Amino acid sequence: MQKRISNLPFSGTPEQEEKLNAIIARHKDEKGAIMPCLQEAQEVYGYLPVEVQTMIARGLGVSLEEVFGVSTFYSQFSLTPKGRYNISVCLGTACYVKGAANVLDAITKNLGIQPEECTPDGMFSLTACRCIGACGLAPVMTVNDEVYGRLVPEEVDGILEKYKNGDA
Amino acid sequence: MNMVNVKINGMPLSVPADYTILQAAKSAGIDIPTLCYLKDLNEIGACRMCVVEVKGARSLVASCVYPVNEGMEVYTNTPKIIESRKMTLEMLLSVHNKSCLTCKRSQNCELQALCQELGVEDSTSYEGAMPDSTYDDSTLHLVRDNSKCILCRRCVAACANQHVAVIGPNSRGFDTHIGCMFEQPLANVACVSCGQCIVACPTGALTEKDQCADVLAALSDPEKYVVVQTAPSIRATLGECFGMPVGTNVEGKMVAALRRIGFKKVFDTDFGADLTIMEEAHEFLGRVQNGGVLPMITSCSPGWIKFCEHYFPELLPNVSSCKSPQQMTGAMIKSWFAEKEGIDPKNIVVVSIMPCTAKKFEIHRDDMEGAGEGIPDTDIVLTTRELGRLIKLCRIDFTALPDEQFDPAMGESTGAAVIFGSTGGVMEAALRTAADVLEGRSVENIEYKEIRGGAGIKEAVYKIAGMDVKVAVVSGLKNANEVLTKVKNGEADYHFIEIMCCPGGCVNGGGQPIQPSSVRNFTDLRALRAQALYTQDENMPLRKSHENPLIKKAYEEFLGEPGSHKAHELLHTTYVARSRY
Repeated sequence: MQKRISNLPFSGTPEQEEKLNAIIARHKDEKGAIMPCLQEAQEVYGYLPVEVQTMIARGLGVSLEEVFGVSTFYSQFSLTPKGRYNISVCLGTACYVKGAANVLDAITKNLGIQPEECTPDGMFSLTACRCIGACGLAPVMTVNDEVYGRLVPEEVDGILEKYKNGDA
Repeated sequence: MNMVNVKINGMPLSVPADYTILQAAKSAGIDIPTLCYLKDLNEIGACRMCVVEVKGARSLVASCVYPVNEGMEVYTNTPKIIESRKMTLEMLLSVHNKSCLTCKRSQNCELQALCQELGVEDSTSYEGAMPDSTYDDSTLHLVRDNSKCILCRRCVAACANQHVAVIGPNSRGFDTHIGCMFEQPLANVACVSCGQCIVACPTGALTEKDQCADVLAALSDPEKYVVVQTAPSIRATLGECFGMPVGTNVEGKMVAALRRIGFKKVFDTDFGADLTIMEEAHEFLGRVQNGGVLPMITSCSPGWIKFCEHYFPELLPNVSSCKSPQQMTGAMIKSWFAEKEGIDPKNIVVVSIMPCTAKKFEIHRDDMEGAGEGIPDTDIVLTTRELGRLIKLCRIDFTALPDEQFDPAMGESTGAAVIFGSTGGVMEAALRTAADVLEGRSVENIEYKEIRGGAGIKEAVYKIAGMDVKVAVVSGLKNANEVLTKVKNGEADYHFIEIMCCPGGCVNGGGQPIQPSSVRNFTDLRALRAQALYTQDENMPLRKSHENPLIKKAYEEFLGEPGSHKAHELLHTTYVARSRY
């Protein structure tokens, strides 16, 4: 599947930019500098939007398309930001046969975002992940470090409401 | 030369030690098929079409990148090899948009040709899911249809070789596709419109934006007075569209064909080239004498201009303000010619035949309406390939045509203009005129051989009227980047630089006929095509732009003198800085 590209406004801070410039300076003369720069930039920003990739391309003196090509080749790179609450729905085999797809549908309907997207208010992001090793609880999802098991789609709205109200 | 002995299909052969198996086989008259390989440009051994058997090797090897060695035994046509190549083709076909009947590259498609030659019988062997494919027609000059892309990376290599590198492989596996940064359409990135990607493409994934229909519509409009002009290099390449040998000069037949299509006048952009020299040489002398910005850089090549705007905006003051020959010719048609003939310039449609896709962009630039607001200098640009198709569409028997002459109103030109089509030509033409002007006499030695030939960067110093004129001639934007970086850093002290966007100049432009890799890898297309122009130059009675009687008349009757107010209004233009990212 092709990676989703964030269309949320970029909100990088001067501190983050300073860190990125230091990263670029450190790798500038290395061969294959794009990979480590992207990895470390993702640690700073949480994802790799066009603004960040442009800074890397400019800093390393390579084309932006080359940087983008690398960022879309490796699954470790994300082009969308994570929300305050990152929801991860397991689509591993066990969860899938137990109806995880319906759970995922209920979440996308509630939040209005697709997997690999973030809500405009920065509250929730959604990921479809592979087995997290809790097959006995299938279908499973996590919200940050909180695990929810034996889910049915009807429960989704209630769980999300807790986070929206700040009760969680 | 260090030689090694090899056997190909049992036949002993002695070949240079630095040859690949592909080259060795070619030297024995065996053409190994390739899809991704383009000599000096894309040598990645990825497509697996060129596989051969090497005795003792574990598996089939990619002959395009595999070097020969002493005692090597190679087989090029065993059943195992043929099966492997066929399977490669069948797998490519499984995700290919097989609309060959309506594809512009039909009969000039390397994938189609290989399927024929290798006898692929079943194009549906691996039918199944098809990847999503983009169709990008956002720019003025080309269309990318990824449903016909075979991911050979030739376009990516061609773009990188131009130091532009705005296209590349995105995503991975089944989703891999060629695209731009953040999946932007090509129009939103710093593409220079050179079209080198198109001539590299083995299939119909990249094609010029075809405007033959616009030309036919204009021709059938009774209100319109439709004229055509042809660039210097077209006469040296158009014959290839009709199976003629590379480097055949078809000027006479080209003119005859255009007349039969129905153009009211068939003009020669060479006239505009001579005019360019008058203006550019004058501008150069002015800069030298008045302490203007040097080095001055030529401005005929719109791909180069766009490159400069995106990548070296700080050097825009160095670029000559002269319009390109195409735009000068167009402006003169819609002013001088229109006035003389009593035609309303608003009703004139200027069609130009160009070796270049960037010309399609150039005519829409700002400050390209010399004859008045709303009157573009040129209306429609067709590439050499489109003209080839138009001639076929009009059912004209090209090879049987008689040789005809350009219409005299703007058909007279000199050898200086003809060589514009090759790298070094503009500089040589300018020097011929500048030397005469500065020395105040007719200088006899007019062949500047140091700046001819295929090298990407050529330098020379010429003594003219006691002054050492330092010139550089550059073609290909990678080379331009190298030279301009030096100029920017103050490490070069040229007076005058000619830059052509495409490697080798216009004879190798992005709008020229596409030769398959089997020809391109083993033929110096640029040299053969350029030779046709230099031969014509040699045989012309007039070889200096300022000796063109039509040019003299244009200045006497209409323009005044080079660099006059009127000349500036009509023949000069402006540039804008553009962003790189």
